[in-house]
Amino acid sequence: MNLTLKIWRQVSPAKKGKMVSYHVTDVSPDMSFLEMLDVLNEKLILDGDDPIAFDHDCREGICGSCGLMIDGVAHGPEQATVCQLHMRSFSDGDVIDIEPWRSGGFPVVKDLVVDRSAFDRIISAGGFISAPTGTAPEAHATPVPKKDSDAAFDAATCIGCGACVAACPNGSAMLFTASKVAHLGLLPQGQPERDERVLRMVGQQDAEDFGGCSNIGECSAVCPKGISMETISRLNHDLLGALRAGAVPAS
Amino acid sequence: MPLELFTVGEPIADTKAPTDVPVPQMWDERKFRARLVNPANRRRLSVIVVGTGLAGGSAAATLAEAGYRVKNFWFQDSPRRAHSVAAQGGINAAKNYRNDGDSVHRLFYDTVKGGDFRSRESNSYRLAEVSAAIIDQAVAQGVPFAREYGGLLDNRSFGGAQVSRTFYARGQTGQQLLYGAYQALERQIGLGNVETHGRTEMLDLVVVDGRARGIVVRDLITGQISTHLADAVVLASGGYSNVFYLSTNAKGSNVTAAWRAHKRGALFANPCYTQIHPTCIPVSGDYQSKLTLMSESLRNDGRVWVPKERGDDRDPRQIPEDERDYFLERKYPAFGNLVPRDIASRQAKNVCDEGRGVGPTGLGVYLDFSDAIERLGRSTIESKYGNLFDMYNRITGEDAYETGMRIYPAVHYTMGGLWVDYDLESNIPGLFVIGEANFSDQGANRLGASALMQGLADGYFVLPNTLANYLADGPFPKVAADHPSVVEAETAVRAQTEKLLSINGTRTVASFHRELGRLMWDLCGMERSDEGLRKALDRIPEIKHEFWTNVKVSGEQGVFNQNLEHAGRVADFIELAELMCVDALHRNESCGGHFRAESQTPEGEALRDDENFAYVAAWEYTPDGTPPVLHREALEYEYIHLAQRSYK
Repeated sequence: MNLTLKIWRQVSPAKKGKMVSYHVTDVSPDMSFLEMLDVLNEKLILDGDDPIAFDHDCREGICGSCGLMIDGVAHGPEQATVCQLHMRSFSDGDVIDIEPWRSGGFPVVKDLVVDRSAFDRIISAGGFISAPTGTAPEAHATPVPKKDSDAAFDAATCIGCGACVAACPNGSAMLFTASKVAHLGLLPQGQPERDERVLRMVGQQDAEDFGGCSNIGECSAVCPKGISMETISRLNHDLLGALRAGAVPAS
Repeated sequence: MPLELFTVGEPIADTKAPTDVPVPQMWDERKFRARLVNPANRRRLSVIVVGTGLAGGSAAATLAEAGYRVKNFWFQDSPRRAHSVAAQGGINAAKNYRNDGDSVHRLFYDTVKGGDFRSRESNSYRLAEVSAAIIDQAVAQGVPFAREYGGLLDNRSFGGAQVSRTFYARGQTGQQLLYGAYQALERQIGLGNVETHGRTEMLDLVVVDGRARGIVVRDLITGQISTHLADAVVLASGGYSNVFYLSTNAKGSNVTAAWRAHKRGALFANPCYTQIHPTCIPVSGDYQSKLTLMSESLRNDGRVWVPKERGDDRDPRQIPEDERDYFLERKYPAFGNLVPRDIASRQAKNVCDEGRGVGPTGLGVYLDFSDAIERLGRSTIESKYGNLFDMYNRITGEDAYETGMRIYPAVHYTMGGLWVDYDLESNIPGLFVIGEANFSDQGANRLGASALMQGLADGYFVLPNTLANYLADGPFPKVAADHPSVVEAETAVRAQTEKLLSINGTRTVASFHRELGRLMWDLCGMERSDEGLRKALDRIPEIKHEFWTNVKVSGEQGVFNQNLEHAGRVADFIELAELMCVDALHRNESCGGHFRAESQTPEGEALRDDENFAYVAAWEYTPDGTPPVLHREALEYEYIHLAQRSYK
């Protein structure tokens, strides 16, 4: 099939960007979306043009590197990471808009590449269980009910791609933060730091350039791992609990 | 073997394992004899860690916890994206939770036997010994391993093992273990104990007075080239499967850090030992950019078959039972579909070579779950493998609950890597190499679910102890920023970068990578022959010459330039490919994952040659196209009887 791509080009964070049109021909339906961009880039290189910068790595939907707004939808039409999106989801003659994640919390580096280090800083603030190497008890010392373990796992599948932020009209990082709060808060190992964790993570999230959460749900609708809005309820529950217990908010 | 391909140097040996005590006591004894660094002195010692995968992430976190000043480098945008994240199946540990006769000794035995008697007994024993502590550590961090209804951890049998010792987190075990290490690392970053350098690529090693003292890096956003110095350097930069272009590795995975260290004098051991994974999704076209692995845990419940007749292109559901050839069950009744990876891969290739392959390219075999679904119910299969079935569906557009999955082998892991001793220190003092980047404890073939184990064993438990012994002599004299070794390394990196950008030829970097990969898959892949390897060795220097005279790299040096990054990596893959073929050619035996056409039994099975090849081949780099020098490390088996593998 033949397609027209309208792609966001931006040389560097300080320069102004714009949409540029490209025509791609003989696209196979079995190609992945990123392979289609690879083919375009090889052509651009041979023509002496600057290839389109985009983040990608594992190309099997687990590393969280790739992420594009495709026709205004984070990761495109399949609710899977862009690397798992195949061209069979499009038709001959389609015009496709391709933009980077749009959020104040994710400044553009170049073209479709953004800086997501704010996510690392949120984890750094409290998204962990303090268990220095060598201090661990025997793994079977504390049984964990399967339903809690399964729910923790569901939350822990977040790959940190940032689609939730890009999709949110407020540019909120709440689903990302909540998935870690829920994962660790559901496990017995996570209890000692539960109050402090939620306070510190939410504090850091507010300190970054993310917006607030108003429970719209766009985040969960585009999440490639299908992380549920229930995690946000858990975060709010934990946050209220911590504040009721007399904790002072970090922001 | 003609002399011009390589020369033979002095043998080498590991001098760090305390061989005066029996193998079960070696690690305790080594820890006891190793010197310690007083906690107050650790703040004065700095360590560079390159990589944030299971090995690098766990090492950086643990060293920072211990109080060393850690400088951590990674090329992705976040440490959470290291390729360990993609490991699916599981992690072995000799816990014997199943009461099925497992023990440290049995895991040790399985590792040495699985490695086809080409690993060190001392290292493999230690790996098995620390395995149980990894599970405890991960659970304490909140890694959500699969559990049973009683709340205890679940186990499964995996990749040829006859005991259930594999812990798993659905099909995302690597992801969850990596996040455990990543979170521990982020905690240390938040505490100010780690200096971070994301989106930064190591391009050279700085050696001063015979010690590894730093690295030259390129900031991938600004293009700035700079040098970072420390008291020791730890490489945790992963494996080199992408020399084959198509592999299950992430697109960014590369050999550059290890290869540049090799060019500074670090020996590269057993480069031809690569692992082919039997359960990948087959190639669909020329534009294909990578191959997707599906966990081989699938072989626990799936049955591998092809039609008995060649060219039978009926829908698999229309092919009756008696017209199917369950070739693994037929040839290896004791192990059936769970034979080791190399056997499963080679047998799949054989039936495809016979013309009985399935799917549009004829390069594929069925992995069929219909019996398992009938026996266990669809919901059980869904809970075990749901994400893998979804992944298969997304990529191929087919529903594996309804019809047979198609699989084909692909390169997945590399057992070779930089040579290290028992302390995980290379032959360059102060250069430590951990995880897949070293030549590992895995011998000529790695057991399923042992890569995660080795990465974390090295990073959490081995390196922090052995590195202390080295750092006890530090801090080492300060290296000036204008030291001749620093200036020379930085100048060389700048010169190479400028050279790549100035060629302005007519072929893309990717076209060279594809050509190299195809050549290596055909001639240095699952099956190798003298003739084929010589052909590859004729062709690779031509590819190298053409690359350096006709490649076209776009853009400039001082900006974010992904094409330039790729060019530097492919340049190194080309050089590595040549060494791999020399190594493969000189090793005239079938062992581990490699079938050497000239070395087989009358039944066509792999034939190892212990008399001539029971050694580690550690290669020394020599500049300017002179042949590499082979240093042999003899392997001796005191505890495990050398035996030909048989899975019949």
